[in-house]
Amino acid sequence: MSLVALAGNPNCGKTALFNAMTGGRQKVGNYPGVTVERKEGVANLDNRGSIRVLDLPGTYSLSPRTPDEEVTHDVLFGKLAGEEAPQAIVAVADATNLERSLGFVIELTQLKKPIVLALNMMDLAEKRGLKLDLKALERELGMKVIPTVAVDGQGREDLIERSLEMLSQVDRSTFIPHDFSEEAKDVHARFKRVDTILKASIQKQVARSVISEKIDHIVLHPFWGSLVLLVVLALVFQAVFTWSATPTEWIEGGVAWLGTQVGLFLGDGVLKSLVVDGIIAGVGGVVVFLPQIILLFLFVLLLEDSGYMARAAFLMDRVMGSVGLHGRAFIPLLSSFACAIPGVMATRTIENRRDRLTTILVAPLMTCSARLPVYSLLIAAFIPNKSVFLGLGLQGLVLLSLYVFAVVTALAVAYVFKRTLFKGEKPILLLELPTYKIPSWKSVLLGLRERAGLFIKRAGTVILSITVILWFLSSYPKAPVNATQPAIDYSYAGKIGHAIEPLIQPIGFDWRVGIAFIPGFAAREVMVSALATVYAVEGKDEEATAQSLGDTLAKNWSLATGLSLLAWYILAPQCLSTLAVVRRETNSWKWALFMLVYMTALAYLLSFVVYRVTIALGGG
Amino acid sequence: MKLGEMKCGSAAKIIRTSGPEALQTRLLEMGFVEGSLVEVLFEAPWGSDPIAVRVRGSLVALRRNEANWIEVES
Repeated sequence: MSLVALAGNPNCGKTALFNAMTGGRQKVGNYPGVTVERKEGVANLDNRGSIRVLDLPGTYSLSPRTPDEEVTHDVLFGKLAGEEAPQAIVAVADATNLERSLGFVIELTQLKKPIVLALNMMDLAEKRGLKLDLKALERELGMKVIPTVAVDGQGREDLIERSLEMLSQVDRSTFIPHDFSEEAKDVHARFKRVDTILKASIQKQVARSVISEKIDHIVLHPFWGSLVLLVVLALVFQAVFTWSATPTEWIEGGVAWLGTQVGLFLGDGVLKSLVVDGIIAGVGGVVVFLPQIILLFLFVLLLEDSGYMARAAFLMDRVMGSVGLHGRAFIPLLSSFACAIPGVMATRTIENRRDRLTTILVAPLMTCSARLPVYSLLIAAFIPNKSVFLGLGLQGLVLLSLYVFAVVTALAVAYVFKRTLFKGEKPILLLELPTYKIPSWKSVLLGLRERAGLFIKRAGTVILSITVILWFLSSYPKAPVNATQPAIDYSYAGKIGHAIEPLIQPIGFDWRVGIAFIPGFAAREVMVSALATVYAVEGKDEEATAQSLGDTLAKNWSLATGLSLLAWYILAPQCLSTLAVVRRETNSWKWALFMLVYMTALAYLLSFVVYRVTIALGGG
Repeated sequence: MKLGEMKCGSAAKIIRTSGPEALQTRLLEMGFVEGSLVEVLFEAPWGSDPIAVRVRGSLVALRRNEANWIEVES
């Protein structure tokens, strides 16, 4: 099947048009060797035939500077290895903004390929008073022009029909546009040509969007704008942190119920252990992230689609820029307070690769909700519950300081990375603030399905397999019949725990902690139940277990060890799911491993300092 | 006068866009070409930087520092 490519500026509704043409039958992947997303779909017209459609990244020109632009350039010129060159092009231009978007269309003519122009958002342009002589525009450009309204599918059939004609050998040559030759290559000449074309074809100019400007007078206002931003951020945080709790509990409950039922059916034995503690727990460990991912991306997609995301980046530029981060980094970082996984996935909105990698690398330093059970356990066990100042409890203050310390560390690390690893010119801010529009539910739902699907397919398989490996390490070899210690002592995890004791002893941990690290690597909160297993503590429910585990730890550990483990959990990358997602999002294990190493090193350093200082102060 | 020095709410016409090559092309592609009209519509809180400018039918945000490569006359 022949291939046409959709090319156009960002914010011209290109992806909405792609969705309208292909009806959601899409394949999402990556271009070979880069992290730029590749989207292909099939568009068909009853009885007329089908074509493959490639949705190229939106760019302002063909000069390749960012990875997105490079892909667009290389694909169109047929220079990307392993990628077929499209036989024809559908140029997409925003009808409300012809003055700018036609410049890129002129640039595309230098490819000398069959081309049609989709004038998208025609309804909005006409509402704002645009009167266009389509015939004159076609004559001036030397290409067919099809008015479209992507959100409700207007112009879809026309567009597919013309595309089919472009691809047929007979009509092909009639779609080759005017030869603008040298003009197409020079940006000044391009815009001059656009002015001439528009003079000949526009009968009435499109009016400025009054509504959009009115909204901006509030949203970009120094005071009200900051307030709106705060409310939006609070809402996103609330959604990812709190609203996701109920569906997450359902999933956890469902997985536990399924485990019990299957366990009853299978009876005690190796098979039960593998299926229940390995596979079902592993699948559950993947699915459990879905509520947070879906809720966060619901907001991200709504904010992007409506046009607010660019405004937020504009407002945050000064603050985030002071540590070298992009204004868009704040949503990923904010959601990482709930969970780094949706946070890392949300960095896709940052185009610059260095900015994006920096954000990905510091996101897991934000205090995610999985650290809370560990924090609560250790704070309850080692920090006296007394009031220090105006009714403020010491325990609460310690918890707050853990959060503050994590944020400060993340910003400092970002600052350092931007000056060492990702050195280079400070990326410039040149950001279009698109006209506000009501997000299309179809696009948002498609986007959500795509994100959730990608997470399950790519990260899910890694999370599942590592969970099964961790289960194996913690369950085998089996304890002997006359065992005196908890079963986990005899397993590989037990052996590893003993083996790494010399390594973790300088920061105050013994082999028991070492053992708990192994299953605890599945997710931070698992550390609590892992410690309970190692110390053979049991309670009638989760709360009682944590309570008696706290008592046991307080008796067995010095204050220095307790504080050291607390410090460890601020910085340590004790979460394989995050690493799996980082691998998926950066397309290589290199950055995931780098994250593992640098965070472990920082955690070790902090724990060492905390442990030694506490001992010196008499807390040994 | 330079675009980066313009007050919020004022309009002007672009005379020339210069700067390091990569930046210059970027600015030109966004529509900051000779002869185009510009209007500074908004500025961010904290230091009135970056600014949002209407140019060739779209609203574009950029820092005053970069905007100073664009020469204008009112």
